[in-house]
Amino acid sequence: MKAGGEGERDVLDPQERVRFEQLVLPHLDAAFNLSRWLLHGRADAEDVAQEAMMRAFRFFRGFHGGDARAWLLQIVRNSCYTWLEKNRSVDLSTEFDEDVHAQPSMTPETLAIAGDNRERLTRALEELPVRFREMLILRELEGCSYKEIAGITSAPIGTVMSSLARARQRLQRILTQPAKQQRQEAGRGL
Amino acid sequence: MACELTQTVLHGYMDGELDAARAADFERHLISCAECVSVLESNESVRSSIQRAGLYERAPRALRQKVQAQLSGTKQPAVMPIRNSAPWRWLAIAATVLLALFLGWRLPSFLPGRSESTLAAAIVDAHLRSLQPGHLEDVVSTDQHTVKPWFDGKLDFAPPVQDFVNQGFPLQGGRLDVVRGRTVAVLVYARRKHLINVFVWPTTEADSEPLSGSELGYHWMEWSKGGMEMYAVSDVSRGDLGELQRLLAQ
Repeated sequence: MKAGGEGERDVLDPQERVRFEQLVLPHLDAAFNLSRWLLHGRADAEDVAQEAMMRAFRFFRGFHGGDARAWLLQIVRNSCYTWLEKNRSVDLSTEFDEDVHAQPSMTPETLAIAGDNRERLTRALEELPVRFREMLILRELEGCSYKEIAGITSAPIGTVMSSLARARQRLQRILTQPAKQQRQEAGRGL
Repeated sequence: MACELTQTVLHGYMDGELDAARAADFERHLISCAECVSVLESNESVRSSIQRAGLYERAPRALRQKVQAQLSGTKQPAVMPIRNSAPWRWLAIAATVLLALFLGWRLPSFLPGRSESTLAAAIVDAHLRSLQPGHLEDVVSTDQHTVKPWFDGKLDFAPPVQDFVNQGFPLQGGRLDVVRGRTVAVLVYARRKHLINVFVWPTTEADSEPLSGSELGYHWMEWSKGGMEMYAVSDVSRGDLGELQRLLAQ
């Protein structure tokens, strides 16, 4: 996938470009982190983050101040979803019909043990449906407020809170339910 | 048996999104709801695992270079048709880059006001240095009773070491650093994925209200308390930094 928009790049005047470099470019890490966690491969994430930066650059005139990181992340997220639709439609067909009442029964100790394994934590996050995963990434890694997440994901704040609730519940369930291939092993303990 | 607050308010509470009145309501609810207490604990536990695991993925250098190249109007080297590019364009670009580098390097020192903030600049530099791999902590511990004795014998003063994990600023460890030729203590706190360095050294000045400012996009706050001068620096928001400052100055 080539970074898009070659040909008719409408060039910002130099002052605008400096402003873009000051306001938006510092959030390249955030852009990459989000795309890395929404998509799976790092190479795809790089391509999409780059494309999103260029799209942000082209649309920069439409940015009238405010939270540049949230503005950029919204563009990154849209680019990721477009990519997912094209390449992995399965990821988007996430059921939101969680069993709300089934609280996972686990102690903080078991969770701490499961969670302290970085690889396992990564796998568990990747196993989450993308719409839950993005909530956790934006909240726990990016440190976004509900209001920012609502802006980035175009969802009402109440939905942000309930999605986070479900995302956390699911993540805990995955962490404490051993992966399929580990099942025999898990029969002995946990 | 499921308490419905575990699906809603509990999360607003742990994310610091409730206003004071609703947070107080929920805290009263916690006294009588064992389920919420246990769900809150397990959620906090997973959260701290996520934050400790270092899952944040920074942009690879190649990506940064590609984006910067595109921004400066050049196409990616791989697709650049070399035959069509006039050599003077490359010279112009090279000259621009050199000029930009020179200005970036020299200009700040020409600007007024810089001399007043050289200490802030030194602190921010030390903060940036500490973020290089392996430079952050000399003693890695979230236990103030481990960090505090570690400083004994390494310094001619005893920095105050406190953990604020319950207030959302878990202690990560400590280290020694040198600021303007003086060996100082540094306490490292975390705020979500962000790190806060607090530089501490003795002073003869009386307790003072905090001063604050920004340098290279990092916020800093400086104050004196109980014979210690403290300098906190981080990329967290001003509000978060102020919160830690108030805890430290208590």
